[in-house]
Amino acid sequence: TAGPLLLRLLDWVRLHVCDVDSMVREVLSSETPSKHKLFWNVVDVFVLQGRMDEARHLLSKEASANPTSMNMYKILDDLMKKMPVPSLGNTQTLTELELKWQHWHEECQRYLQDGTFASNPHMESICKILLGDEDAILEKKELMTTWYHFLVTRLLYSHPTVKPMELQFYAQSSMDLFLGGESSPEPLDMILMAAFEFEMHQVIKECSIVLSNWWFVAHLTDLLDHCKLLQSHNLYFGSNMREFLLLEYASGLFSHHSLWQLGVDYFDHCPEYGRVYLELHIERIPLSTEQKALKVLRICEQRQMHEQVRSVCKIMAMKALRNNRLGSALSWSIRAKDAAFATLISDRFLKDYCERGCFSDLDLIDNLGPSMLLSDRLTFLGKYREFHRLYGEKRFPEAARLLLTLMTAHIAPCSFWMTLLTDALPLLEQKEVIFSAEQTYELMRCLEDLTAGNPEKQKFQDDDVETTKVEMLRLALARNLARVIIKEGTVEGS
Amino acid sequence: VWDKSENGDWHCTASWKTHSGSVWRVTWAHPEFGQVLASCSFDRTAAVWEEIVGESNDKLRGQSHWVKRTTLVDSRTSVTDVKFAPKHMGLMLATCSADGVVRIYEAPDVMNLSQWSLQHEISCKLSCSCISWNPSSSRAHSPMIAVGSDDNSPNILAKVQIYEYNENTRKYAKAEALMTVTDPVHDIAFAPNLGRSFHILAVATKDVRIFTLKPLRKELTSSGGLTKFEIHIVAQFDNHNSQVWRVSWNITGTVLASSGDDGCVRLWKANYMDNWKCTGILKGNGSPVNGSSQQGIFNTSLGSANTSLQNSLNGSSASRYFFPPLDSPRAGSRWSSHAQLLPPPPLIEQSCDADTANLQYPHPRRRCVSRPLNLLPENEGV
Repeated sequence: TAGPLLLRLLDWVRLHVCDVDSMVREVLSSETPSKHKLFWNVVDVFVLQGRMDEARHLLSKEASANPTSMNMYKILDDLMKKMPVPSLGNTQTLTELELKWQHWHEECQRYLQDGTFASNPHMESICKILLGDEDAILEKKELMTTWYHFLVTRLLYSHPTVKPMELQFYAQSSMDLFLGGESSPEPLDMILMAAFEFEMHQVIKECSIVLSNWWFVAHLTDLLDHCKLLQSHNLYFGSNMREFLLLEYASGLFSHHSLWQLGVDYFDHCPEYGRVYLELHIERIPLSTEQKALKVLRICEQRQMHEQVRSVCKIMAMKALRNNRLGSALSWSIRAKDAAFATLISDRFLKDYCERGCFSDLDLIDNLGPSMLLSDRLTFLGKYREFHRLYGEKRFPEAARLLLTLMTAHIAPCSFWMTLLTDALPLLEQKEVIFSAEQTYELMRCLEDLTAGNPEKQKFQDDDVETTKVEMLRLALARNLARVIIKEGTVEGS
Repeated sequence: VWDKSENGDWHCTASWKTHSGSVWRVTWAHPEFGQVLASCSFDRTAAVWEEIVGESNDKLRGQSHWVKRTTLVDSRTSVTDVKFAPKHMGLMLATCSADGVVRIYEAPDVMNLSQWSLQHEISCKLSCSCISWNPSSSRAHSPMIAVGSDDNSPNILAKVQIYEYNENTRKYAKAEALMTVTDPVHDIAFAPNLGRSFHILAVATKDVRIFTLKPLRKELTSSGGLTKFEIHIVAQFDNHNSQVWRVSWNITGTVLASSGDDGCVRLWKANYMDNWKCTGILKGNGSPVNGSSQQGIFNTSLGSANTSLQNSLNGSSASRYFFPPLDSPRAGSRWSSHAQLLPPPPLIEQSCDADTANLQYPHPRRRCVSRPLNLLPENEGV
């Protein structure tokens, strides 16, 4: 504990009782302060708050203006200068201080009884205050405005060596005297009273009752808990109460459209229930924009909340899919590592391609990278697009090889083989031979696999368009085979 | 269907007549499945609806479109409740009917909402009024459903039954019946599970009741693995002084809201010593009840932190109830036994996403056969 209690109480009062500040400013800034009608009020304020130097300074102005009261002034000034107060430096023992103070008190008493200040009621009142006369102090109620100011003034002038544990004895009587039965204590008064009594739990309880939100109570309890003060007061539910209050406060934050992000940090500091509260709350954040969803995701990923990550991605993917934004849906399902959904969306892409002859969201598909492996269908989609790219870049042998691999390695679904074979046609009909003999045999085998055997395929062969396609393919393959056999059989010319 | 706009107002974006009898309940599926609703009606059917994204103009005009994906027609009597199962169980829903049959349907392909298959039919022997799925996704808990009955017969049969899915028989079997609930039950709700081993169930009957169900070691009976529960009643409140019609939990299962024939919504909360107390009372139009000091918690958990900071000393909170009574006061200290009541805070914000997402509205009120109730005027919102 740094410094004597009284000094800190005086600081506190000076900080918090500010109703008189404007009056003080007014008087000090006037041309002749001593003539100001509120002059003596301000002097009284200084005295009540133990601001002796400032009081003396003001008084000196009065003295120079009224030479007749010079004598009185000198004595009062002297008394005020000599008043013993507990000092920060701790250069004197408590006993020394008390002795000095006793002497000083008696000296003030003598001057008062001698009637030294009798002709100037203001100065006499000040002297009485110095003597700790409760009535005299109470007369200045308006200048003190609060009972706790009165308490501190009382202590200053009657018990300057007060110790923390003694406060409560003065607090209650101060409040009673000040309120004088005219008004009843307000909630804030009860909180302060509990604080003076060091009843921490009561302070927390009273604050909770009065304040309309958990902000103050949660943070105060948290501080007390960190200082281990809750436990030392034998509140065995100390840390539970701290967490309870923090959970309450943070939950409240979550109902705000942007403050919820602060709530996350609070939950992080609740060891028992913080995580599960966060899991439950974060799932309910409305994912109104992609930015918000990404924010939520980042928070979940940082905390390894895998289920919540998956869920958010799924919700966003569904939203995108419903709005036919396939690219967005695909990237969300990749992020969710949702293979099933990725397959579904890949199918949609492929269906779109079959219907329209082109891909949408090429950027995304081109840059899938390793995430392509999430699902077989997705891999096929990526590779198929690659085939088209190679073809577009006229890298025909590579394109051909890829096309074949798609079928032989069973990356492509059977339903797509017809399309792939049809895609092979332009390659087969190039001027230059692209497919090798072996590759051509493979293609033929694929075609036969596709058309032979299955009775369902009979139906498909009844369709004229399909039959024509198959025949064209057979022809193209046969022609290619013929050309390639010759090419491969020819010995390179010398 | 109401949507909330950017500035926080609720607008009716779709309204359609479809059932040929009163619509009793309406419920949302998890957004993972898209925008999906289910409704159930006196006309003996339940239906599943999906929102279709229409023209962009519609969005500007504030209209949404809903199509019926399926009608469930198996019931021979009024379908009194419909609830989707927790999302970890897939796309599944349960209905209950006035003839006491609970049906559980599943859509095996979540992308195809028109295909639902009836997986289970549970005969409860009592007219059913409400059901609730246990939301716990813990592996330690089998799927569980609570069924409430408003049967008026003089039998003293328990009006709340708990059915649990048995992995061995692949069927739902009755695990428990709450023998102490003998009055008609109007609503029932499992609380979200905070990782607890036990379950919390709220029941709306002639009063508000909260039970805990603690699973005991699974009995190895011949049918194998049916859990036995230790049941405790942790709260019973008759403050509504009339029939309690609905109960609903907040996100974390820490606040219960109840509504009753007294036209009030009451909020209940447990302190960290697990004592349940009333923390808020609202009249039907959303105004606080006069003289009630219990606004604080409601204000914090639902109102924005912003306004709370502004009203830092406004309003009062019911936190007195969240702190256990202390031992006798020390000599020399005097505690005021009543805080000065400050004027109540301004009309509380109607609702907010986080906490009220669990309340299902617009909520059709079920008319008790014997006497008519005062319905909330339609345009008052919640």
